[in-house]
Amino acid sequence: MSTTTHLESLTDEAITIIREVATECQNPVLLFSGGKDSAVLLHLAVLAFAPARLPFPVMHVDTGHNFAEVIEYRDQFVRDVGARLVIASVQESIDKGRVVEDTGPRASRNRLQSVTLLDAMIEHGFDAAFGGGRRDEDKARAKERILSFRDHQGRWDPRQQRPEPWDVLNARIRKGEQLRAFPLSNWTELDIWQYIAVHDLALPTIYYSHTRTVVERDGMLLAVGGPVVAEPGEVPYEAVVRYRTVGDASCTGAVESTAANVHDVIIEVAAARITERGATRADDTFSESAMEDRKREGYF
Amino acid sequence: MSTTTGTAVALRSTLRVATAGSVDDGKSTLIGRLLHDTKTVFEDQLAAVVKASRRYGDGETNLALLTDGLRAEREQGITIDVAHRYFATPQRSFIVADTPGHAQYTRNMVTGASNADVAIVLVDARHGVLEQTRRHAFIATLLGVKSIVVAVNKMDLVDWDETEFDLIAKEVIEYVQALPTPVPVTAIPLSALLGDNVVDASSNTPWYDGPPLLQWLEEFDADPRTEVGGRLHVQRVIRPQGGEFADFRGYAGVVNGGGFAVGDEVAIEPSGNRATIKALHRAGKPVNSAENGHAVVIELTTTIDVARGDVFVATEGTVVPHIGESVEAEACWMVDQPLTVGSRWWFKHGTRTGRATVTAIDYRHDLASLDREPTESLELNTLGRVRLLLSEPIVADRYIDNPEGGRMILIDEATNSTAGALMITAVTR
Repeated sequence: MSTTTHLESLTDEAITIIREVATECQNPVLLFSGGKDSAVLLHLAVLAFAPARLPFPVMHVDTGHNFAEVIEYRDQFVRDVGARLVIASVQESIDKGRVVEDTGPRASRNRLQSVTLLDAMIEHGFDAAFGGGRRDEDKARAKERILSFRDHQGRWDPRQQRPEPWDVLNARIRKGEQLRAFPLSNWTELDIWQYIAVHDLALPTIYYSHTRTVVERDGMLLAVGGPVVAEPGEVPYEAVVRYRTVGDASCTGAVESTAANVHDVIIEVAAARITERGATRADDTFSESAMEDRKREGYF
Repeated sequence: MSTTTGTAVALRSTLRVATAGSVDDGKSTLIGRLLHDTKTVFEDQLAAVVKASRRYGDGETNLALLTDGLRAEREQGITIDVAHRYFATPQRSFIVADTPGHAQYTRNMVTGASNADVAIVLVDARHGVLEQTRRHAFIATLLGVKSIVVAVNKMDLVDWDETEFDLIAKEVIEYVQALPTPVPVTAIPLSALLGDNVVDASSNTPWYDGPPLLQWLEEFDADPRTEVGGRLHVQRVIRPQGGEFADFRGYAGVVNGGGFAVGDEVAIEPSGNRATIKALHRAGKPVNSAENGHAVVIELTTTIDVARGDVFVATEGTVVPHIGESVEAEACWMVDQPLTVGSRWWFKHGTRTGRATVTAIDYRHDLASLDREPTESLELNTLGRVRLLLSEPIVADRYIDNPEGGRMILIDEATNSTAGALMITAVTR
C-alpha cells in the first residue's frame, strides 16, 4: 500500500505542474507577492528544478500600498533563490492614465492590478503566469482548472473552460493568448501552513502575532498609517493581531490573534470558523460574485 | 497536546471522490451536506448561502449553493462546471469533484471523474435510473474508478420505502456488472436535503444495516493495484550548467506503474538503451527509492541520450510496455467538432506530443442497451472505440493495466482545445 501522505501528494502534484508548464510554454513567469501562498509556490518552483536555477523570472504586481515587512521579505527571498524579479507597478499604470484610481476612504487598488498585470505580460512577452490561487479560497476559484486560459484581453470565460482529464496538461495556446497555471489548486489554507512548518519556510513577520494600531471598519481591523486613514467616528487603538492574507494594505484586514509561530497558527487555522478571504479581504465581500467578476476582467 | 493536530492532518491519506448522476438528483446538495455536517463550511460561507437562498427564492437554505459558485449556475439552479471542494475527517483528507449532470456538460464530468478513486452516483428515488445515470456510471468505470456508491437520494419523498430502494440498487448493480470494466457497487438510501445517512445514520431506514455515506468513504480501501513495473515519462532534462553541479544531469518526471530504487536497471524507451540509476531526488532531497505518483529527478551512472518524451522502464517490471505508432483506444469525445475517419489532431501521451490521424472508428457505445453501434463519427459527449496512426511511436500500457501509461488526449489543431480523452486498449508497430 502507498505510504504517501496528503501533503506529499500535493507537493508531487505541484512540482509536476510547474515542470510541465515551464517546459511546454515559451516564456513563463511566476507571480510573487510575498504572501504565504506565493512563498510556498516559489519554494516549490525552486525545488522543481534543483539543483539547476529557476528557469523563469518572478513578477510582483505592486499596488504601491504594501506592508514594509512584505517588501523586505520579497527582496530577501528573491535574492536567496537567485531569481530575477520583475516589478509591474500599479502606480505607473495610474501615472500613464491606463487606470483611474478610486477615491474616498474605501478606495482600493486591488482591482486595478488586472490592467497592470496584463500590460506587463504583454510588455515582457510572458505567455504563462504561475499563480498561488487555491480552489478553497473562493467559490469562483473552486470552478477553475489547473490551467486557465485567457484571451488577448486576459479574460477568463468560465463557460468555455478546456476539459482537463487526468493530469495530462494541455498548455497549447495561440499567439496573443495567455495561460495562468495554478499548481496549488488542490491545497487548503491548512495544507499551506503545514508545508511552511515542514519546510521551515520563513514568512513576512506580519503573519505572526504583533501589536498594531488599527481601526475597525466593516467588521475588519485595518492598520492605520499608510493608505488607510481613520474616518470621523473611528477611533484608532492598539490591538494584538496577525494577518491571514497579505494583499493591498488598503483592503487587507488583520485578525486578533496571539499565534506567534507556525505551530500556533496551524492550531488557529484548524479551528477557524471564517474563511481567510471572508475575514480579511474587503474586496471579496463586495458582492456575491466579486471574484468571478474580477477574474472575467483578467484578475489572477 | 494540540500541536500534533496539524501534523496528524498532514499524515493522512487522500481519497478523491467525484459525484455523478442526472440533473436535479441532488449532487451539489449532497456535497453541501457533507461539507456542512463535517463542519467544513465556514460561518461566512454559510451566511452567504443563507442570504443567496433567500434571493433565489429557495424555501430552505440551499446547500447546493456551496458548490455552484458561478453566477449562471446560481441563477439557473444547475451545475455547469466541476467544483472542487476539500474536507477532512480524523481518518482521511477528501478531494471532491462536484460534476454537472446535464448531458451537454458531460465533458466537464469527465474532467471531474478522471482523477477519482470513487464515484458517488446519485439517483432520485422518485425517478429511478435515467439515461444520464447510466452514461455517468459507464464513463466512471471506463475512467477507472475503483468503486461506485449509488446514493439513492430523496428517500424521504418515497416514504423511506425499502422496495423502491432495492429496485434501484439492483438495476444499477446489474447495469454496472454488464459494463466492459465492472467495479464493485454499494447502494446507500439517503436524503441529502435532510441529512439522513450522509454523516449520521438515519432512524428512518431501520431496514438498512450498512454505514452512512461518510463512514463508507472513510473506510473505503481500494484493492492495491497490480503493478506493471516502474515507468517515468521524462518531462525535462535538469542541467545546472555551471557551478558546483556543472556535471549534474538529471531527468525529471513522475513515477507510475510501480517504483524505482537506486541501483535499479532501466531501459530508456523507445531506443531500448539500458542504464543504472545512480541517484534519486524528490522535492530537492535525495531518496533511496520512489513509488507511484512521486515527482522525482533521476540521475544515471552513464551519460546517455535521453530527451523529453522518452520513457524510463524498470527492467525488473512484470509487464513490458507496448511500443508503436498504431493505437486502439476507448475515446470520450468532448468538443463540437466530431471525430471522423481521416481527421487529424495533436496527441499528447505522457510527455510526448505529436500528430494523430484517425484510421477507423470501430463502434460507438449505446449507453442504454450497451450495444456497439457502427458509426462514421463520434459526436460531442459520446464514447466509442477508435484507431489512430501516430506521427511517432509511444511507449504505452493498456489503460486497464496502468492508467498513467494508458491515457492520451487529442487536441484540436485549430482551437487548441482538449478534444478527446482516450483510454488505450492496444498499441502496435
